[in-house]
Amino acid sequence: MVNDTSQSLNRLFSALGDPTRRSIVARLARDSALSVSELAAPFEIKLPAVMKHLDILEDVGLIRRAKHGRTVTVELSPRPLRTAVDWMQRCERVWEGRLDRLARFAEKKERRLQERNE
Amino acid sequence: MSEATCVRRIEARPSIVFDALTTAEGMACWWCPDDGPVISAASDPKVGGRFRVRFRKLDGSEHECSGEFLEIEEPRRVVMSFQWTSGGVPEERDRVSRVELHLRLIDTGTELTVIHGGLYDDASADNHGSGWGAALDRLARWLAASSRLHPV
Repeated sequence: MVNDTSQSLNRLFSALGDPTRRSIVARLARDSALSVSELAAPFEIKLPAVMKHLDILEDVGLIRRAKHGRTVTVELSPRPLRTAVDWMQRCERVWEGRLDRLARFAEKKERRLQERNE
Repeated sequence: MSEATCVRRIEARPSIVFDALTTAEGMACWWCPDDGPVISAASDPKVGGRFRVRFRKLDGSEHECSGEFLEIEEPRRVVMSFQWTSGGVPEERDRVSRVELHLRLIDTGTELTVIHGGLYDDASADNHGSGWGAALDRLARWLAASSRLHPV
């Protein structure tokens, strides 16, 4: 069960494990493209620190940077998120099947216990 | 975004559901991801205790999953971590999943909630459970909107 998807999900979730990066991603989800200085404005950290966070987000493919003249704008890139959503949906399907079997097992035990007590 | 959640109502009392979730006999019935057979199951349901389930999927491939009970509050709550292993050796370095099981007594039996945490490594384990919350909800909405704009 080793595959590239799980590796990239690991990196994605790890990248999103930081509150500043989550906040950057959330703002980009709301406002689409923002310049680096607009992105940096609400944070108390310095611009180079923000750039470092952007590097990490860009490494996992969550954001794209584009240069327009002297301004660098940042926008979200949907593919890794789609991978994550796919993973969640697969995971939920697996659990639905498990819960079907678990419920059958537990309900049989419950009926047996009630019959014994009657 | 980071976790998958399932809720199920089961017509059995919480103590029975709890045993079904944590004992080897119970796990042998449900752990396999499809209807394939479980080959072996062992479980030591106490905090720090371990479990191991070996099964064959319907496609014929054999897999083994082993993990540890991190928290046990009988019969209300179980938290466990697990990894896919082959002969006791992890198949994937640094990849550990975490599952929380919450059992709630209801009129008809038990309401079971499963929260399967995202894959994480040691570095991000501390952040796990700190809530990806609102930011990620917004992301999911953004994703839904963007897939309308850029259909795959």
